[in-house]
Amino acid sequence: MAEEVIGLRNVSVRYGDMPVLEDVSLSIYQHDFLGIIGPNGGGKTTLLKVILGLVKPDKGEVRVFGGDPLQNRRYIGYVPQYSLFDHSFPISVRDVVLTGRARQALFKRYTDHDRKLARSALEVVGMLAFKERQIGRLSGGQQQRVFIARALAAEPKVLLLDEPAAGIDARVQTEFYELLGRLRQKMAIVMVSHDITAVSVHVSKIACLNRRLYYHDSKELLAEDLEAAYQCPVELIAHGIPHRVLREH
Amino acid sequence: MITALEYGFMVNALAASLLAAIACGIVGVYVVVKRIVFISGGISHASFGGIGLGYFLGIEPVLCVIPFGIASALAIGEVSRRTRLSEDSAIGILWAMGMALGIMLIALTPGYAPDLLSYLFGNILMVSRSTLWVMLALDVIIVTVVCLLYKEFLAITFDEEFATVIGIPAHKLYLVLLCLIALTVVMLIRVVGVILVIALLTIPASVSRRFTNDMRKMMGISIIFAALFAITGLYLSYLFDLPSGSTIVLVSGVVFLLTSLIPSGHNFKY
Repeated sequence: MAEEVIGLRNVSVRYGDMPVLEDVSLSIYQHDFLGIIGPNGGGKTTLLKVILGLVKPDKGEVRVFGGDPLQNRRYIGYVPQYSLFDHSFPISVRDVVLTGRARQALFKRYTDHDRKLARSALEVVGMLAFKERQIGRLSGGQQQRVFIARALAAEPKVLLLDEPAAGIDARVQTEFYELLGRLRQKMAIVMVSHDITAVSVHVSKIACLNRRLYYHDSKELLAEDLEAAYQCPVELIAHGIPHRVLREH
Repeated sequence: MITALEYGFMVNALAASLLAAIACGIVGVYVVVKRIVFISGGISHASFGGIGLGYFLGIEPVLCVIPFGIASALAIGEVSRRTRLSEDSAIGILWAMGMALGIMLIALTPGYAPDLLSYLFGNILMVSRSTLWVMLALDVIIVTVVCLLYKEFLAITFDEEFATVIGIPAHKLYLVLLCLIALTVVMLIRVVGVILVIALLTIPASVSRRFTNDMRKMMGISIIFAALFAITGLYLSYLFDLPSGSTIVLVSGVVFLLTSLIPSGHNFKY
């Protein structure tokens, strides 16, 4: 079995009196492409923040590359929801991507190596031609690519994406998933989304989250899991064998 | 203006305007792009407590404002993180407490506080030579810190969470930034006063945003505008015998309105 990159054991998180995550256990291995789906408010973003050490779990244990998330989170490339950004911020695409290198040597300027990595990250996502552009003057899909480039510039071993396809039209989404498919050869990818159909086609493993995590370390989800997570019967259209999410039932 | 410069106090006032413009031009850009205008207002008003303390202890108020302003900045930065209080409530409370403390201490000080109003609304004509040296030193500190931490400040103002994840001590640097705001407030108190400080922290930076998408250039343009506002306001106040602080602020406001009427390539709201 491949190396476990991220492991959660019986993690619970509460915000005040409200339980957000309950008894979540999860293992993510090298080259996994895990899609986590679930309704809005189901704890998807919180789960990512627990992995990143931004939210401390009330119970349970989180291991990132076998260690403390605070120590090892620099190996994680984090791609937050792009729609939450200040689109008028006076920063160019190149400078956004360079911030992925900003931890290298406090007080120092970026080195040629930093600039090279930023450049190649922009090349990987196909956004090099836009490097001088102010970030807000790009389409949603283009901005999303820039934020992936920023994460890649930090040379991550695993990529966490929060609702990456939200607000992006279907054609651009397809290109976007192809990009993630290429990246997966070098790193594990975890993506959370509320959009079941978008996720199911492209990922290698799928989990369902609504406070509790329903996961069988495979691409198959059980109908009862989905119903438990969404708390109502979910109708899924099978896309034929290659795209099957549900076991025949 | 030439005849005005025959007065020593006008030369000092002009020098103070230029020194203050450097600080508020640079720091104001962070205030505007990180949207911490309310926090900056909190720091400047809370600093009034430092002026009161200066009066009470018989120390030069400006020197007392520096540690007091920094303490307020750190308190505002920390309080919302450590308590369940929402950030804007924390700021509002410190804002009013600082002002109240200042007024209380001045009331408790025997004798009459002759230039109380000048701290509230500014009186740049009263800047002494020693104050100019303090302002110069503060400018040197601010410019040095921003040069050293430019890339880190850019990272935390754009996306504090991402900056934290990749290993930048984002919260500590944020506190450093709030301290720079406190130092800028100290310089601006002489020019426009505690209450009007927020105008010079926001207007030059907001106007400069209309001319560029680059933060460094924004800082440069913002310094130029801040200096223009201060000098024009100063001259008009001299010419028509008006209060200098409010004239400077009104000049800034008018220019801001005019520039926001011009259609611009960088069509963003601030």
